Amino acid sequence: MEIFWYSIIGIVLVVFFVLDGYDFGTGIVHLFFAKTEKDKAVISKAAGLFWDSNEVWLVAGGGMLFMAFPTFYASVFSGFYLPLIIVLWLIVFRAIGLELRTQFNFSMWKTIWDKAFGVSSLLLTLFFGIALGNIVRGVNLGGVVEGKSLYEAHFFFLPLWDSSFSPLSTTPGVIDWFTIIIGIIAVVTLTIHGANWVILKTNASINEKLKKIVFKLNIVLIILTVFSLIVWLQVNPKALNNFADKPYLIVFPIVYLIGLFGLFGVQKFKKESTALLFSTLLIVGGITSSLASMFPVLLPATNTVNPSLDIYNTAASEYGLSVAMSWGILGFILLFVYMIIQKRLMGGKIDAMDYGH
Amino acid sequence: MEDMLLYDRLQFAFTITFHYIFPQLTMGLSMLIVYFKWRYLRNNDERYNTTATFLMKIFAINFTMGVVTGIPMEFQFGTNWAKFSELTGGIIGQTLAMEGMFSFFLESSFLALFIYGEKLMGQKLHFLTGLLVFLGSWASGWFILATNAWMQHPVGYEILDNGKYVLTHFGALFKNPWLIPAFLHNQMASLVTSSFVVASIGAFYVLQEKHVNYGKLMLKTGVVFGAISSLLIIFPTGDWNAKNVVKHQPASFAAMEGIFHTEDAGAEIVLIGQPNMLEKKLDNKIAVPNVLSFLTYQNWDTQIVGMDQFKKEELPTNVPALYYAYHIMVGLGTVFIGIMLLAVFFLWRKKLFTLKPLLWTIMFLVPFPYIANLTGWYVAELGRQPYLVYGLLKTADGISPTVSSGNTLFTLLGFVGLYLLLGILFLLLVGKVVFQGPESQKH
Repeated sequence: MEIFWYSIIGIVLVVFFVLDGYDFGTGIVHLFFAKTEKDKAVISKAAGLFWDSNEVWLVAGGGMLFMAFPTFYASVFSGFYLPLIIVLWLIVFRAIGLELRTQFNFSMWKTIWDKAFGVSSLLLTLFFGIALGNIVRGVNLGGVVEGKSLYEAHFFFLPLWDSSFSPLSTTPGVIDWFTIIIGIIAVVTLTIHGANWVILKTNASINEKLKKIVFKLNIVLIILTVFSLIVWLQVNPKALNNFADKPYLIVFPIVYLIGLFGLFGVQKFKKESTALLFSTLLIVGGITSSLASMFPVLLPATNTVNPSLDIYNTAASEYGLSVAMSWGILGFILLFVYMIIQKRLMGGKIDAMDYGH
Repeated sequence: MEDMLLYDRLQFAFTITFHYIFPQLTMGLSMLIVYFKWRYLRNNDERYNTTATFLMKIFAINFTMGVVTGIPMEFQFGTNWAKFSELTGGIIGQTLAMEGMFSFFLESSFLALFIYGEKLMGQKLHFLTGLLVFLGSWASGWFILATNAWMQHPVGYEILDNGKYVLTHFGALFKNPWLIPAFLHNQMASLVTSSFVVASIGAFYVLQEKHVNYGKLMLKTGVVFGAISSLLIIFPTGDWNAKNVVKHQPASFAAMEGIFHTEDAGAEIVLIGQPNMLEKKLDNKIAVPNVLSFLTYQNWDTQIVGMDQFKKEELPTNVPALYYAYHIMVGLGTVFIGIMLLAVFFLWRKKLFTLKPLLWTIMFLVPFPYIANLTGWYVAELGRQPYLVYGLLKTADGISPTVSSGNTLFTLLGFVGLYLLLGILFLLLVGKVVFQGPESQKH
């Protein structure tokens, strides 16, 4: 039952990063590459039409995490207090940017909200990558100082940074050189994903240029991937042991690699959706590989005093999890019905579509 | 420790207050939109359809605000109330996760279809998408109220040796005697807010002599729905809730009503007065004898337990705040009934549209249902103190053990700044839609 809910929440979070990922990426593309007003308008519309139904996945994932693994939820959300609240502010700020640009028709107004949308998309992506970095790096659970826990074994608190900015420090912060690298990988990945989305959904004048950019960023991503693996093994020498113990897990990194190499064909694909499919594989493979490398651990402890948090020591009761499974399955069936209806009606290029509210 | 608790509570109170400005409108407004759309299907009068589309535009702005301010609510259970989340997540996580799964997805998917899809799908399907948006928003209220009902009156659980609460009976969460009265009261209050908003926009158009046909339609619908819902919040739903409080949280009831001393021969109902906590009495009191006993027990002479019968640690932590919240809510509710019945009377006599003083009153009434709704929630939440889960977990024991007060104050100030900006922009947007009028919908 724990594994069932772990998989479900994993899927929900991956779907969230794939869906909201393209509108974060759209924001980054908007910030760096959109030059003419026509492009700016249509690119922000490519995110504006969809962001709210994408962010519902975050709410659903959060709710399920709370229900199924309450101890993990409590520990992680309070331990990463500041970065999480900052993420919330950025989410709010980004939404304002997207919704307001079309409301009044003068250029300074649009410039302000375009920047709000672009910058907060970039920072959010960076922060989500940093969050993933923190999860795989692990934290000082229980706040151990000189062999003694300051808090209960499953609680901790991380400042934003520690003056050394090193993951190997005894008191690492949220931001260190390792988590920054993962953050940059997230930014590059979602920029590629967002560019593919813009190419698919719009007739923006920069689409051909974006294809070239995707190609170049993909080379950068390969270098970063190799580099991050090397430093990851520095930070945690046992990082890849799970793959040796359970060879079938190798399927997740393979998905990532298919996405990565498939994207090199971006300039030749006949259908624009092919590129988006490959960048989706990239995200799916990247996140699932990171989770698989830790399974069944959810948050490793960096000290030897307290145990890591895993799916068994943080889960709700067996009864609760099994009741929730019965309504959860019903909920998912409904959800996929809505999604199919919605995608049917909102498919195709959006340039001419009326931006309702 | 004291500071931490204070900042955590202030931050939650501030963010939830701001958040609840939006859903209280959308829940009621979706019902009115369905009503307009349904009337249009019946009578084919284009005004009804245009009004439905116009109101959906206001709905959409509020919905977006509700989403962006709602995400922080869910996260704060973990960030600021980690101990509470750890202990109770296995129980109320069920209802919160169900909210995301069954109502949020429903509401957001079909809202998009309602807004973009009218031409694509024909009028009957369009009505259906509106109905689904309404169902989604009410389901959302249902699951949130189920969560709150468990905190007010915990059921269907067991406490393990390690102190964790586990769910033993899923069905009990929805059969909670606290839930149905609280849900109906809350939904009627939400309908009050939205009816008053619609009536107020209508009054504005009629007084301004702009879009007068729509103005009259909105005014008429608003006051009729407003009168019905104003009556329903007092009786029976308000009455049911009061009886629940007497039964399950008697100390809160005494504090709410301002009853310092137990009166054996029937308790008076306090209309006005200021709680004097030093001398344990009400200053400048105006009260009607025996009425409270009658309202509560249908008997003029039944004893009502006063605050003197409870230990200090059982009493709500802030008696005056609770007392005022309750009296503001009830006082405003009474005023609403008066004004709306008067409006319905003049509507029937066909004088409402020319009766300027009443129209001005209706137009400016708009902030007050919001105040009544929010103070109603303050009654529920302050009344539950000093508990976070009534009888089980003290509020002070629910906060995050590792987050220091400096960090919480930092984020509280950040939220205040951000929401100030958000509030200004919200007014700007809604104002723009109202000034443009319903006819700007037509393309």
